[in-house]
Amino acid sequence: MIPAAAGHPGFLSPTGVEIAFVLVGLATLGAALVTVTTKQLVHAALWLVVALGGLAVEYLLLTAEFIAWVQVLIYVGSIVVLLLFGLMLTRAPIGRSPDADSDNRWIAAGVAGASAAVLVWVVADAFRTTWIDLDGPAQGSTQATGAFLFRHWVLPFEALSVLLLAALVGAIVLSRKDRGTLPGKDRGAAPRTVGGAAPGDDRAATPAEDGEAAPDAVPEAGSRTDREGTS
Amino acid sequence: MHLAYPAVLAVLLFCVGLYGVLARRNTILVLMSVELMLNAVNLNLVAFDVWLRDALHSGQALTLFTIALAAAEIGIGLAIVLAVYRNRGSSDIDRLRDTAETDAAEALPDDEDAADGTADQATAPAGKAKKAEATA
Amino acid sequence: MTTTTLAVLVPLLPFLGAAAGLLFGRTVPGLVRPLAVLPTLLAAVIAAVVAARQGGGRAVDAATQLTPTGSVPIDLALHLDGFAVLVAVLVGLVATCVQVYSTAYLKDDARYPSYAALVSLFTSAMLLVVYSGDLMVLLVGWEIMGICSYFLVGHYWETPEARAASLKAFLVTKLGDVPFLIGLFALAADTGTFRITGILAAVGNGGLDHPTLIALLLLAGVAGKSAQFPLHTWLPDAMAGPTPVSALIHAATMVAAGIYFVARLLPVFAASGAALVVLAVMAAVTMIGSGLAALAQDDIKRVLAYSTIGQLGYMSGALAVGDRGAAVFHLLSHGAFKAVLFLAAGVVIHAAGTNSLAAMSRMSGLATRIPDAYWTMTVALLALAAIPPFAGFFSKEAVLVAAEHTALGDRTVAPAAAGWTVLVAGLAAALLTAAYATRLWLLTFRGRGAEVPDHGKQPAAMTSVLWVLAVPTIAFGLTAGALTDWFDGHSLTPTLTTAVLSTGIGLVGGLVTYGAWRHTATLAGRPPVGAVAAHPDAEPALVEAEAMTSHTAAYGTIAGAPDPSDPGRLLLGRLHRHAVTGFHLDALCTALFVRPVRAAALLVRFLDREVVDTYVRGSGTLARGLGAAVRRAQTGNVQTYLGAMLAGTLVLAIAAVVFANVNAGA
Repeated sequence: MIPAAAGHPGFLSPTGVEIAFVLVGLATLGAALVTVTTKQLVHAALWLVVALGGLAVEYLLLTAEFIAWVQVLIYVGSIVVLLLFGLMLTRAPIGRSPDADSDNRWIAAGVAGASAAVLVWVVADAFRTTWIDLDGPAQGSTQATGAFLFRHWVLPFEALSVLLLAALVGAIVLSRKDRGTLPGKDRGAAPRTVGGAAPGDDRAATPAEDGEAAPDAVPEAGSRTDREGTS
Repeated sequence: MHLAYPAVLAVLLFCVGLYGVLARRNTILVLMSVELMLNAVNLNLVAFDVWLRDALHSGQALTLFTIALAAAEIGIGLAIVLAVYRNRGSSDIDRLRDTAETDAAEALPDDEDAADGTADQATAPAGKAKKAEATA
Repeated sequence: MTTTTLAVLVPLLPFLGAAAGLLFGRTVPGLVRPLAVLPTLLAAVIAAVVAARQGGGRAVDAATQLTPTGSVPIDLALHLDGFAVLVAVLVGLVATCVQVYSTAYLKDDARYPSYAALVSLFTSAMLLVVYSGDLMVLLVGWEIMGICSYFLVGHYWETPEARAASLKAFLVTKLGDVPFLIGLFALAADTGTFRITGILAAVGNGGLDHPTLIALLLLAGVAGKSAQFPLHTWLPDAMAGPTPVSALIHAATMVAAGIYFVARLLPVFAASGAALVVLAVMAAVTMIGSGLAALAQDDIKRVLAYSTIGQLGYMSGALAVGDRGAAVFHLLSHGAFKAVLFLAAGVVIHAAGTNSLAAMSRMSGLATRIPDAYWTMTVALLALAAIPPFAGFFSKEAVLVAAEHTALGDRTVAPAAAGWTVLVAGLAAALLTAAYATRLWLLTFRGRGAEVPDHGKQPAAMTSVLWVLAVPTIAFGLTAGALTDWFDGHSLTPTLTTAVLSTGIGLVGGLVTYGAWRHTATLAGRPPVGAVAAHPDAEPALVEAEAMTSHTAAYGTIAGAPDPSDPGRLLLGRLHRHAVTGFHLDALCTALFVRPVRAAALLVRFLDREVVDTYVRGSGTLARGLGAAVRRAQTGNVQTYLGAMLAGTLVLAIAAVVFANVNAGA
């Protein structure tokens, strides 16, 4: 905290935790950069795994261990898998695709670079004399998490389940085929015949629905286990 | 630990995600970049929660919610992408230009067919051959 | 009923007749003729009664204020003096005759109802001008006459001449009316009232601050209305209207309004010697110029039109020497004989099937075919030429006597220069008047050649009114002694010197013309070129319209004809060519006004199309260009949109941070 800040060493004498954090952070950043720049779409998903995993390590270093495991479980375990499914289902090319980036990548780089510069400047300027006190009991242990989650945050938590249910229903509605469409409406018919994608679409619908079900299940399951753990 | 480390890392991750959102052509890669941005936010939340030693742990609770929301978002997002892909035969985001302002868009509703023909290549069948002209 | 009530009825009756005629003219055709003739006739009778009651005694004044009108009150006022009641009788008489004449002249005309209503409205307006004791009310009648004149001159609007003439008449008189209106305001500003009595009283007390300016401004309007040089050019062209209209409007009444107005306000003009000299010069130029032009005209009505201008010049001359009695006396007698001349000319045109003197001079037997017109026209021409004992002699003598007295210093109302100008010009004009009257008579009734075809007897409605009007033409002059009491009291009787002089000059003019005609008539070998109506048996109005159209087609102009047997050509010599066109005044106007205005219009059009419109089009193009440029940004690419949005956000964020730091630093 701020009164304790005076007693902390400066940048030139990093602690072991800080060294580890910076190293893992560099790895994470590098993986993220590769994720957004690689020409191979599937590799992007895999590098995303590295980046997200690195973040999980960072959470651990910040003593938020439960979040770290949730991060691993949900992001690495399900979301990336889901994204890979999506890539497959949209027939993403395996191997290098030279046009993975669109034309405005320079604009994007400019905007992102400028944002990074401004934000880094602002953040570093604001927090250059601020230290985190990591001593004492872990603040993000599973027990602590269960305590605050089900003591203070139980109502939002239950509301979240309604949101997930809505997302589930929405995903199903979106990915099912339009069986009820009027025959006069040729909007869907034309590309199906032209693109030759029709056979694939039929098959695509089912796995997508299955895929949607998975992420819903995971946090439910996670929270369930969490609940068991705390009670 | 110095608070600037997680804060700067979060900023950089966010901007990398931002670049990905703006620069990637494939919609699923855009979604990945969105995940990166969300994670940057999560890192911030966790870091500040730990720094502030909040009694309610709002930061960590919000992080958990964000993760759940991200999962829901990715589910819905993929469903939309798949639906678009089924309809248009492509999930390239810069080919989905139905809202583009074209000369043909000023035509009367009667000649909608003509407008569609010139307005957008996204109605064309999928295929790498078409992607080249889409960059124009 | 009191005299005032009767006097109110005089302008009101024709007005009601006009309104009723316009309302019921189409639905109840049987009512049109009674509605046209009866109110006018009744008004004429009442005007005569009013005249008898007034009796030339003290002026009757009556006024009522309808509504407050600000600092200068406008009253519905009557001012009945000897001038007003007598002119009203003339207007009523001529208007009645014209209405009766028109029933036959425009017998089959589809537009007769509106025509008759407009003539009634015109009569009403003229009577309003005559009786009104308030200048603003007078102006109302003045302007109504202008617009009625426009409609009536353009009655044959199928012909281009009539369209052009009606526009010209309207515009030229309006050209004079604008300064006239300003002059009225200036007069009211100086005297504080629009009432004639008030103005005359103020002038008597020397309350006029700018007499010359006001008089000259008013003279412009008078010159326009009374066809004085240089605003006379509309009158000859106005002969494109039907003959009764010419008789009523452009001979007996409307053109008289200007003279009458000056006569009413003579003290105002007399307050400025310069204005009187200007008026005298104007009158002199008008008299001589119109006499020369009349000698060269080929259209019988244009001869009469120029003669009208000349006679109005005499009246202006009388006013210029400050004798309004003589002016109105001549106005009355001229109104009578000029109405006869025009109406008889209408009969002649119908009988001959042409309005061209050149064509008539090659027809024989016209006099026997239409004896009424022959005799009345002869009498009226004698009156016009001022041959005793006809009316014109006495009235013209009155003018010349007044001019002589002024010139010799017996009268001091006007400068002697004005008197000399009017006297000399009047005598010269007497010569010319006699010459063109003789020429007209000889060419019309003494033609040699084929017998005039018989188109049947002329309608009684047309011939009878000629005799009615012939009575004052013959006898009115004999009342000169009695009229003195009605007017200002100056003697109107001729004096020996001027009588002998002018009559002698007139006889010389007539005899010279006769001699010239004897000389040139032998040249009339060839038959004339066309210029005859296509349907000589049709109603007179149609014959006239066709005659005018064919005249232009045959000779190229309505004014002249290439006729070697014309005595006017011999008399005028080289001047003839210029006299035909009215001494190129129209061409001068074209060069001075029309061309510059057209050039200015072209310039304005250029400025409008090329300069102003450039900006207008430019704004459109700019907006389109901007729209196109902005539209290019609407690529439909969501990533571009998002990138631009974030870039904007970034700029704002940087600005916020920088300003926050600057403020914190300060």
